[in-house]
Amino acid sequence: MAEHLLEVKGLKQHFPIKTGFFQKTMLKAVDGVSFTIDQGETLGLVGESGCGKTTVGRSILRLYTPTAGSVKYKGEEIDDHNIQRFRREMQVVFQDPYSSLNPRMTVGDIVGEPLDIHKLYKNDKEREEKVAHLLQLVGLNADHKRRYAHEFSGGQRQRIGIARALAVNPEFIVCDEPVSALDVSIQAQIINTFEELQEKLGLAYLFIAHDLHVVHHMSRRVAVMYLGKIVEMAPADEIISGPRHPYTQSLMSAIPIPDPIKARDRHRVVLEGEVPSPLNLPSGCSFRTRCRYAIERCEIETPELMETSPGHEAACWNPQ
Amino acid sequence: MSQTLLQVKDLHTIFPIESGEVRAVNGINFSLDRGKVLGIVGESGSGKSVTAYSILRILDNPGKISQGEILFEEEDIVRMPPGRIRQIRGDKISIIFQDPMTSLNPVFTVGNQLTEAIRLHTRRNRRQARERALEMLRLVGVNEPAKRLKQYPHQLSGGMRQRVMIAMAMACEPDILIADEPTTALDVTIQAQILELMLELKDKLGMSIIMITHDLGVIAEMCDEIIVMYAGRICERGTAEEIFYNPRHEYTKGLLRSIPKITVGHEKLTPIGGSPVDLLNMPSGCAFSARCDQAMKVCLTQQPEEIWVAKDHLASCWLNIRDGVRYEAGEGGGTNG
Repeated sequence: MAEHLLEVKGLKQHFPIKTGFFQKTMLKAVDGVSFTIDQGETLGLVGESGCGKTTVGRSILRLYTPTAGSVKYKGEEIDDHNIQRFRREMQVVFQDPYSSLNPRMTVGDIVGEPLDIHKLYKNDKEREEKVAHLLQLVGLNADHKRRYAHEFSGGQRQRIGIARALAVNPEFIVCDEPVSALDVSIQAQIINTFEELQEKLGLAYLFIAHDLHVVHHMSRRVAVMYLGKIVEMAPADEIISGPRHPYTQSLMSAIPIPDPIKARDRHRVVLEGEVPSPLNLPSGCSFRTRCRYAIERCEIETPELMETSPGHEAACWNPQ
Repeated sequence: MSQTLLQVKDLHTIFPIESGEVRAVNGINFSLDRGKVLGIVGESGSGKSVTAYSILRILDNPGKISQGEILFEEEDIVRMPPGRIRQIRGDKISIIFQDPMTSLNPVFTVGNQLTEAIRLHTRRNRRQARERALEMLRLVGVNEPAKRLKQYPHQLSGGMRQRVMIAMAMACEPDILIADEPTTALDVTIQAQILELMLELKDKLGMSIIMITHDLGVIAEMCDEIIVMYAGRICERGTAEEIFYNPRHEYTKGLLRSIPKITVGHEKLTPIGGSPVDLLNMPSGCAFSARCDQAMKVCLTQQPEEIWVAKDHLASCWLNIRDGVRYEAGEGGGTNG
């Protein structure tokens, strides 16, 4: 059996929330998520705010300690004791290029810090060379290392964040909404940078975003999340051409199309109501309160991901 | 020409700061007809929000309108006394801000904030104003409106807060609704609901809408006419079809090329190179020339003039002048400012 680079099984991440003076409720941010990512592959993760997509990324990297489930990297289970070793192989690029860079550090120190932590150089000269190389790799100038983060535009800052992630020479990067804070024209530059780096360095990405356009463009496979669960997972093209889960369908039809004639002609399935509170989930399938195709079974039993066609899975009792 | 509701003529808005003068809006002209949706697209710093704030004269310090006229029903907003502009704000022209999280006052209830606007602009007493507020909340699709009136903004979700903002903006049935990135902070499914609602209310109340956004998808769905802004200037304008299917400015073309398409298969994106212009050091020629791969010598030194390139379609680009793209019978076009 070919080994997956990353294997996530039944990942759960619950947070205790104070609901009263003595009461606590569990907020089930991620509730049983499983997927795999192969070497050099991109898995896209889409969903609306509060669906738990960011938490999935953070739990994999152990920025949170998962409540249950296992995360295996190259077949080896990650736990609290060996995570330091895995941080050389797994890195993250955050959403907000404004708050994820320390304003009091120079760019050279921001990019060089991972090298310091993991002791990846022999002398200062080598460190400097490595930093210069990293900056060039992401399309910045090596002279930029003496400047501070505030001197750069949003797109350039995101490049600094990418250079920092690449410093330890990882094989897997969690990209948590890396382009959503950027203007469209800059977004395309950064997306292309991610793609070029993947080709050059053989990186695997978990690409998290709320924008289905961007996720589809970046990924080979796409997983759609709703309220802590993956509701559909399929090859990227199939997600857009033949979504099976009613939630994916309404998500697809809610996306504005940048084409006036097509936009006017299409038939829209506008979802009623809002996402239920994750503290008080409906029984059975959590989408059933907004679903047009809900049947009796949806209220009683929670659907798990089931294969509807090869490589295409949906968690729905009444797939369309 | 009673159709024209708002006319902006040669508007310049500047922000004098220590290190110089930021020319946020740099001589723009446009007009808005009754019952139409006008879209303004551009990236951050292109001057689209400043244009909106200039129309309502709600610019942040030290911003000021240095030149130009904004005619609303033949009356110049720029030279209006403060008392008169206060009558127009909220009553005739109202605005929905981008961020529903911060544009409501956290220490007053939703009902308090809604009725304040209604009582200020109409001769309703407290009870009538409350009824009007309830009616508006129902109209924008807020469930349990009576309960919501007693709640504070933090007790509502983002979508609900944005609905409250819309209800507030529409409570006095304005002639013009300015929507400044009204759905950027919201999820797509909620965005679809809000956009649908705005179009529905527009038809019901006969308003005009100025839709400001950087999302070309939203523009394509909502707008009759589109203005593309770059560095405080209008680089191209026209009907939605013209702008999307026949763009005549390199910036617009670049924007359209750089959005990922939802179609089967993988196409590499063609981004616009470089970074946005520094508004403190604007080039003397076309502001986009530094990022334009078709730039000629003349682009660097001289500002291109706006010409008709097709019916209902104007663009400011030297390439059109070089290639002799010109639409002669342009005087009949609807977008002439």
